[in-house]
Amino acid sequence: MTAVISINHLSKRFGTFLALDEIDLNIETGEVVCVIGPSGSGKSTLIRCINLLESFEHPSTVVVDGTPVKKDKNLTSIRENVGMVFQSFNLFPHLTVCQNVSLAPMRVRKKTKDKAVEHALALLKQVGIESQADKYPDQLSGGQQQRVAIARALAMEPKVLLFDEPTSSLDPEMVGEVLDVMRQLAKSGVTMVVVTHEMGFAREVADRVAFMDNGKIIEIGTPSDIFDNAQEPRTRHFLSAILAH
Amino acid sequence: MSLVETFFNWEVFVSSFPLLLSGLRVTISLGAVSIVAGLVLGLAIALIRLYGVRPAQLVARLFIDLFRSIPILVLLIVVYYALPFVGLSLSPFMSAALSLTLVSAAYTAEIFRAGIEAVPRGQFEASFALGLNYRQMMRDVILPQAIRIVIPPLTGNCINVIKDTALASVVAMPDLIKQATQAQALEANPTPLIAAALMYIAILLPLVYLVGRLEKKSRREYTQ
Repeated sequence: MTAVISINHLSKRFGTFLALDEIDLNIETGEVVCVIGPSGSGKSTLIRCINLLESFEHPSTVVVDGTPVKKDKNLTSIRENVGMVFQSFNLFPHLTVCQNVSLAPMRVRKKTKDKAVEHALALLKQVGIESQADKYPDQLSGGQQQRVAIARALAMEPKVLLFDEPTSSLDPEMVGEVLDVMRQLAKSGVTMVVVTHEMGFAREVADRVAFMDNGKIIEIGTPSDIFDNAQEPRTRHFLSAILAH
Repeated sequence: MSLVETFFNWEVFVSSFPLLLSGLRVTISLGAVSIVAGLVLGLAIALIRLYGVRPAQLVARLFIDLFRSIPILVLLIVVYYALPFVGLSLSPFMSAALSLTLVSAAYTAEIFRAGIEAVPRGQFEASFALGLNYRQMMRDVILPQAIRIVIPPLTGNCINVIKDTALASVVAMPDLIKQATQAQALEANPTPLIAAALMYIAILLPLVYLVGRLEKKSRREYTQ
């Protein structure tokens, strides 16, 4: 197995606040890694550094598929290969569902409109919303919008998909439909890094689970390592607090 | 002399009408040239102000602040009467169009900047995450959304530009108000001035209503 993402000594400060503290993490091709931990522990910041939505400090390195992530001419090609799904969907409100999904393949991958639309419709079918292709995002429910966002990320055929709390802004009854799509993707071998509060999903789908607190990865291992045999008191404390309610 | 004969004298109106009409044409073409040039220049300055290299940003800022603080009448006089001393003689139309464009561009730049900044950050992030480059992001994602936001204030700015064309009469531009004052002197009757005022209102009143409607519409969309 080869590491598709390699993170070394990653540190990030917001002013004087140390958001990430010397993080080391390798993600293998085909692997699903779930990142859990309390709010403000640096989970989102960590994955946002992978496609440089957040900049990071000098000695830190992030390497995606052999290319170092930094602000240079390779950056857009890294971003092409790293898809991202956001907590707040961030669909383009002035474009239809189909246009949302086909825009980047046409502009970035230089696909013809016909090819891009054909692929977009196939992806929308895969996430179960092909009938909504000509609607605008605000005509869709939250769960449907997030599935469009997943299709939009998939349309670029990325090597890795990053999920930044994809179900956190959904009504409870819509969480399931989004997790189902993600489960399907994981099964089909897509490499995924998922920041989530859905412990059931992490336990069931993840190859590895990382627990973060105060900008550090406190503990990382298989789901049963973390959920059943956590070594660190902080991990156990977090999990018991979550499972107690 | 009765009020009607003084201010609404039909014979005077008929004889001065061709002159007024030629003035109206000049006013409209001056307004149109200045509005279009101001929009293009203003958008360019807004983009430089937001995303240019640091020194270019400073220049853009200076431009915006300078041309928003100088009275158009003063700028017009400087351009028409002072620039010839450094060898730059512009026709009245060019002088007026240049002055109006510079001021309109400064206001337009601020309107566009506010519009672009009003587009949520997530839209920029989603574009970058998909691998769109800066130009693609602006053209396909950010500007289409920003333009919807800025249409009401831009229309308001257009109204101001058309109104300000009247100042061009001081540099001997044969625009609507200049022709009206000339006709008034010729006929020794103020009817042409009243007619000119009505013509300005006829052009601008629909625009004023349009701004009102657009603002109401965008408020509705915003609260949805």
